[in-house]
Amino acid sequence: MPHKTFFWFILPTGLAMILFIGLPIVSSFFQSLHIETEQILMEVENCDPFGCKTNVRVDVEATEKLRQENPLGRFNGFGTYTDRNHLAFDEIGEAWNTSSSMSEFKDIVLNLPFYKALLFTLTFCFAVTPPVIILGFIVALSVNTLSKIIKGFIVFGTILPMIVTPLIGSLVLFWMIDSQGIVGASIQILFDDPNLSLKASSNLTWITLIIYGIWHNTPFAFVVFYAALQTVPQDPIEAAYIDGASRYQRVRYIVIPHLYPVATFIMLICLMDNFRVFEPIIGFSAEGVAQSLSWMIYQDLRNENKMLFGSAGATSMLTIIGIAFLLTPVLIRTWKEFRTER
Amino acid sequence: MKKLIIALLISFASTSVFAGSHSPCGVTSGSINILANEFTTYRIFMDEVKSCAGPDADFNVTHSVDHNKLQVAALSANPAEFSAKLVTNGSITPLMNDGLIRPLDDLVAKYGSNLNDNQKITIDGKIYAVAFMANAQHLWYRESILNDLGIAVPSTYEEVIAAAEKIKAAGVMENPYAGAFKSGWNLGQEFVNMYLGHGGEFFKSGSAQPNVNNEKGVAALNVIKKLTELSNPDFLTQDTNAVKEEWESGNVALMHVWNSGAASLLDDEGDQNIKADTRLAPSPTVGGGNKPATTLWWDGIAIATNTSDENAEASFRALVGAASSTDLANNNPNATVWLIKGYTPGDTAGPVVDAASRGTTPYPSFPHMSLMHGALSTELVEFLQGNESAEKALADVEAAYIAKATEQGFL
Repeated sequence: MPHKTFFWFILPTGLAMILFIGLPIVSSFFQSLHIETEQILMEVENCDPFGCKTNVRVDVEATEKLRQENPLGRFNGFGTYTDRNHLAFDEIGEAWNTSSSMSEFKDIVLNLPFYKALLFTLTFCFAVTPPVIILGFIVALSVNTLSKIIKGFIVFGTILPMIVTPLIGSLVLFWMIDSQGIVGASIQILFDDPNLSLKASSNLTWITLIIYGIWHNTPFAFVVFYAALQTVPQDPIEAAYIDGASRYQRVRYIVIPHLYPVATFIMLICLMDNFRVFEPIIGFSAEGVAQSLSWMIYQDLRNENKMLFGSAGATSMLTIIGIAFLLTPVLIRTWKEFRTER
Repeated sequence: MKKLIIALLISFASTSVFAGSHSPCGVTSGSINILANEFTTYRIFMDEVKSCAGPDADFNVTHSVDHNKLQVAALSANPAEFSAKLVTNGSITPLMNDGLIRPLDDLVAKYGSNLNDNQKITIDGKIYAVAFMANAQHLWYRESILNDLGIAVPSTYEEVIAAAEKIKAAGVMENPYAGAFKSGWNLGQEFVNMYLGHGGEFFKSGSAQPNVNNEKGVAALNVIKKLTELSNPDFLTQDTNAVKEEWESGNVALMHVWNSGAASLLDDEGDQNIKADTRLAPSPTVGGGNKPATTLWWDGIAIATNTSDENAEASFRALVGAASSTDLANNNPNATVWLIKGYTPGDTAGPVVDAASRGTTPYPSFPHMSLMHGALSTELVEFLQGNESAEKALADVEAAYIAKATEQGFL
């Protein structure tokens, strides 16, 4: 495609991307460099049904005046990025100096909110993505061999987990794994332990969330693989059949190489999706034991009485950097394949 | 504290007539749009507000357990999403911090002639809210279970723990105790109760510097840990409403929840045998302290700053009509402890009056208290799961609070 044609072709998309993706990112970045203006406190007399007493309150007028002068707040540079609730440089430095062993250092670091969230996010990403690709592939292969009459229904049933809103899906499962729910009660009977609760231990909660993630994401991999399976050339397969190749050999040596680029694509999307895992944490009420980076942003904007824009902005920036790191190897690989194909 | 008791006593004697020239009810202009917490007493109150507003009023109410999280954003918008908010002594401070609710002196003068003086919440000489009920968390127990095992009604947490252990050992119940320990606001509130019960102060005097990592904090956490060990293993996912369901299913013999829970626990739905066996008791003390380990709350109405005067007046009229309705209070005497004039307290008001008379601390109303509560909400979980020490958890609370308070400009 000539450069000029390409330019006009990409222009509307490019503009929309700058407007709806680029500018918000720039704005979040600016916000993350600022913190709220100082709150001016004053002593006042409060009276309520339980009596009168002196208390402090925010001097709204004086604080508002400061806010008018600096609508963005006080400039804090990268202070928010390095504070305890984010990268926690000071705390890590101190932990390095004071801890006597590597495992003690590790414990201190993984107790800091950002690293705790990062650990869960990465675990979720890497525990969910490979099974999703493998399961999606197996399901696609199986569905592909079904007779036409039932295929439609089966395809519909298979993609249901993706159609269900994540929050609803996780809530349904949350009630099923309750100690009085069908899954929770069955597991108690199976292991003969009336106190076994999937919601109580952090390990079991993580496993539950990961299983949910696989259940929810597999249909996506299935749909893409299923579409790609339709493009597998029939001639080599027939030739292999005549040569006496088994079904396994046909899949292993013809189908899989053909679907390889598709698998890379699915991995890319899955990693990206799972890195911003959020809804199941809310649905499973798992905030106590499993926090993700997206959940931290939600916490800053929603769970505090007052929205912490700077903190949320900083976490967003760190998330973007995290996704970039995660995707770089895959993108480099794709780029190399692209070059060799040319 | 005394004021509440006196007010309640006066309530017995006085009868109510709308003395003012303006009757608040029958709103015809302006629109009413209220944000409120979700529990049965509020539903009862809102029915009265709606009937006071009248059939011609443009009336909307949103009940949400997430009201605390929604309120600042919703009322900061101009015009605000809601014209009025039901607030408590806890949730009013973030609104006051940003000037999001308006002084009500004019409206009270016009429509509030039938209010008790102690219903008027004044801050710096101006009325910012009108309270209509008082609330507190206290002990609930199953009488037959305690009687069968010969357990006296516990008056300290040490006795609560001993009683629960006895019930468990007798094989009557697997998890005899329940409290709202859901990670988040509820868990933070349990710590607030227990820490104040030990006589703790959340901030170093005269500053916004945190002060929870001390002996009292550790002692408070250890009591909470003991209680959770006698609770359903899913305790970190159970809020007040979930605990009430456990109670109604007969899984629990002792619990510490809100007095207003009587509205749903003692209604005609659910297992009537459990209802007949349900008793209310004063909130226990802890660690040898003399104040009950709980906090006093008032619930009231507040009007948004960023709404038109017409909407503000309409909303205030409907709400204050309910907040001064003697009929509402006396038709639902057990729904909560009403502060309304002419109210005759029902059977269930006892524990709240008891808490007030024994000098229980009202929930702290520092402007930075919500940040402390937020830090408590998230940082205590690992201790309760046995993954870190009480000291470490409290140090984390202070560190998390400092980071947030710095960003908010309090430190």
